[in-house]
Amino acid sequence: MNPGKIFKDGLLTNNPVLVQLLGMCSTMAITTSLFNGLGMGLSVTVILCCCNVCISLLRKLIPSTVRIAVYVVIIAGFVTIVDLLLQAFLPALSESLGVFIPLIVVNCIIIGRAEAFASRHSVGEALLDGLAQGLGYTAVLVIMSVVRELLGSGSFGAGVFNGGKGWQLFPAGYACSYLTLPFGGFMTLGCLIALVQFLRSKKGEAEK
Amino acid sequence: MLTKLISISLSAILVENFIFSKFLGICPFLGVSKKMDTALCMGLAVTFVMTLASAVCWGVNLLLVRLELAYMQTLAFILVIASLVQFVELFLRKKSPALYRSLGIYLPLITTNCAVLGVVLLNVQESYGFLESVVYGITGGLGFLLAITLFSGVRERLDYSAEVPECFEGFPIALITAGLIALAFMGFSGLKMV
Repeated sequence: MNPGKIFKDGLLTNNPVLVQLLGMCSTMAITTSLFNGLGMGLSVTVILCCCNVCISLLRKLIPSTVRIAVYVVIIAGFVTIVDLLLQAFLPALSESLGVFIPLIVVNCIIIGRAEAFASRHSVGEALLDGLAQGLGYTAVLVIMSVVRELLGSGSFGAGVFNGGKGWQLFPAGYACSYLTLPFGGFMTLGCLIALVQFLRSKKGEAEK
Repeated sequence: MLTKLISISLSAILVENFIFSKFLGICPFLGVSKKMDTALCMGLAVTFVMTLASAVCWGVNLLLVRLELAYMQTLAFILVIASLVQFVELFLRKKSPALYRSLGIYLPLITTNCAVLGVVLLNVQESYGFLESVVYGITGGLGFLLAITLFSGVRERLDYSAEVPECFEGFPIALITAGLIALAFMGFSGLKMV
């Protein structure tokens, strides 16, 4: 498989969230600000790359009857490492993502890629796939969190840009604060997936 | 003590519902909610596993803390949950094959349901005692049951009678429905036991 196709798959045609509809919980729960979205996306990307490489290396040794259990243990190991690293070096991020960092263990994207890709391809391809799928996930999180942060509290990039303060584009009083609540998570993702379905049907028509 | 237990229950079922306010367990919530009766079965199975997992993991956590291995929590919990689900699966296959068949693939998938791992991790985070953990497990599960039953009821109707724009068909409209129910559940947020 050529690298270009793997990347196109991960970012667009087979995006983990928008097309495969995996990893919904974290996508909706933590995208209240760009800081959270970017942090979560990059953490998952790192874990996904490590797990894919590790599982691809071991793919001939793991007996197929217990493979899911082995995958879960490998994933839980890497998640624990990332969790401890974040607690040590980025306590603010670790604090605001809370229980959703350890919950990456049960994120379907990682076990899904292990089963569907890493267990059948070489190490290099598995690493690229992990990177591509992780960046695809990160891209969705970034889009959602920018929309929700901007419309929900009127700011952009708080905690990331401008020395951690971000920019207040309009006063928070005029913002629709409902978008930062759980309701906004469901709505934003619903509209985003609808947009993708719309674009795909347009493309399908154009090809006919 | 009783007041605290009641307050935990109220908060887990209504105010901080696992689906609508904590976003835990969304995958089965969207995946198994097309029919009311399977949704009900799924809810009950999840409630059962959540209760068992809260009880067992409380003990496991005690052991880990004593051995100074608290950093192994995530790994230990997920293994406990996976074996519990396996156990429930064996039990159901033996005792109630009909229910076993109707749950099908979704039974093993309870392992990767974040509501189960979530409730266990939250128990540790809030440093709940044994009774509190179990109560939080049961009521969290009941909250999930309530949410998935309500949602499947709405979705059954949606399939028959709603005219949905083409691009919103299927998943997006389900998400928007869930969002509206979440909005309704926010009405409970004033509810508090003093």
